[in-house]
Amino acid sequence: MSLWTITRLVAAKDLRVEARSRVMTNQVLPFAGLVMVTFAFALDTSAGDSLLNQVAPGLVWLATLFSLLVVVQRSFAVESADGALDALRVAGVHPGGVFLGKSLALAVQLAVLEALLLFAAVVLYQTEVRASGIVVLLVTYVAATCGLAFVGTIYGGLAAGARGRETLLPLLLLPVVAPVLIGATRATEAALGTNDATPGEGWPWIGLLLLFAALFGAGGTLAFGSLIDE
Amino acid sequence: MDPTASTPSTTATVRRPTSTRFTRGLGVAVIVGAAWVALFGLVLSPNDALQKTGVRILYIHVPSAWLAYLAFIVTGISSAGYLWKRTRSLVWDRVAGASAEVGVLFMGITLVTGSLWGSITWGTYWTWDSRLTTTAFLFVTYIGYLAVRGLGGTLHQRARRSAILALFAVLEVPLVHFSVKWWRPLHQNESVAEGELEDMMLFTLFSGIVTFTLLYVWLVIHRQRTLALDDSVAEHGLDAALAERRQEALQ
Repeated sequence: MSLWTITRLVAAKDLRVEARSRVMTNQVLPFAGLVMVTFAFALDTSAGDSLLNQVAPGLVWLATLFSLLVVVQRSFAVESADGALDALRVAGVHPGGVFLGKSLALAVQLAVLEALLLFAAVVLYQTEVRASGIVVLLVTYVAATCGLAFVGTIYGGLAAGARGRETLLPLLLLPVVAPVLIGATRATEAALGTNDATPGEGWPWIGLLLLFAALFGAGGTLAFGSLIDE
Repeated sequence: MDPTASTPSTTATVRRPTSTRFTRGLGVAVIVGAAWVALFGLVLSPNDALQKTGVRILYIHVPSAWLAYLAFIVTGISSAGYLWKRTRSLVWDRVAGASAEVGVLFMGITLVTGSLWGSITWGTYWTWDSRLTTTAFLFVTYIGYLAVRGLGGTLHQRARRSAILALFAVLEVPLVHFSVKWWRPLHQNESVAEGELEDMMLFTLFSGIVTFTLLYVWLVIHRQRTLALDDSVAEHGLDAALAERRQEALQ
């Protein structure tokens, strides 16, 4: 089987599992929405909504990172529960394909999540999406989502099957995704015009996000086999 | 395995010290060096014109930072050494682990001494400049690395897992550094003292760096050896215990 076929099959399997279990819609999405509401509690909004509006891009990506942890745990919990990952390895499936497939499924889930979070920011924080920044916004979302999905799969695979992975994963994952948080937040600010930023200011940050995604995508494809080989 | 370990005598313990003539010599050199640095750092070197006596923290701070970075570089190289098929050996893995442990310890010392120095010189414990932030991230990343080393599994599982993680950390560090640098482009000159050090201060600093490097070598050699003992307990401990019980049964 070609790498692409494996990728597609693994991604389809993951998404089917998620669609049937409804953990995403019943637990992760409400959790993400709750995080957005809690941010509003933490930041004083009595002086008007300007503060929330100013920090909205950062909060959206922070909420994405928190939810990423939950989604990655979930993505590998279904694999290690019945030794499914080992079964895939024994079946001789190319580990690079498994990596790309799981990353793709993760990216699709993250995209849904991010769309909801952006919508929540529009509703709750009075964020306005400008027509002039829509291209920058979309490219930022694609680049950042790919990067997060790749890194999430690498470190999720590493922590899968280990004792205490619930606590280990945030420790491993959060330092690595710091560049994504910084880059995606600046690029989103540029796209939304937060603090009078212009959309053009977002492109260098998108470059950083793409570089991040490319490096970890290549690294993960090469190393994933050794990581999950128990 | 040491044959004496399987003798029925309960009082017989195998003594294998982790020191050799070389490491004992090295240890003495480190003690002498530490006294030397203390003498120069605290007594003989002058106060700085701007930082006053606060400059003396740098004689610990800069060598610790150097040592920590050196340790993480060694961890990266050793991890690559393990992963490369032709040089695959658990010695690489143990050196990587020992080096990371020493690195985390001294990165912690760097952060603490750095904030103390910052509070004296800058009037604040922390600023968000790229060097400080990258250092903090390095610290957390290698704490994670040590946590992964403690996950269990066979020795080669541990070695492979942590080696890959160490190489990803090599990938991560420049990305974090440059993103933070871009994020906060305007910051004060990190090393206030750069280019303004007097000869005596430079000499003291240099002595500190040499001493700390020797200390690093000493620590890593010892830690590598204790890790090797740990590993051999994990590998042969059960066999040895079984052999002992069997011996008892035969008597």
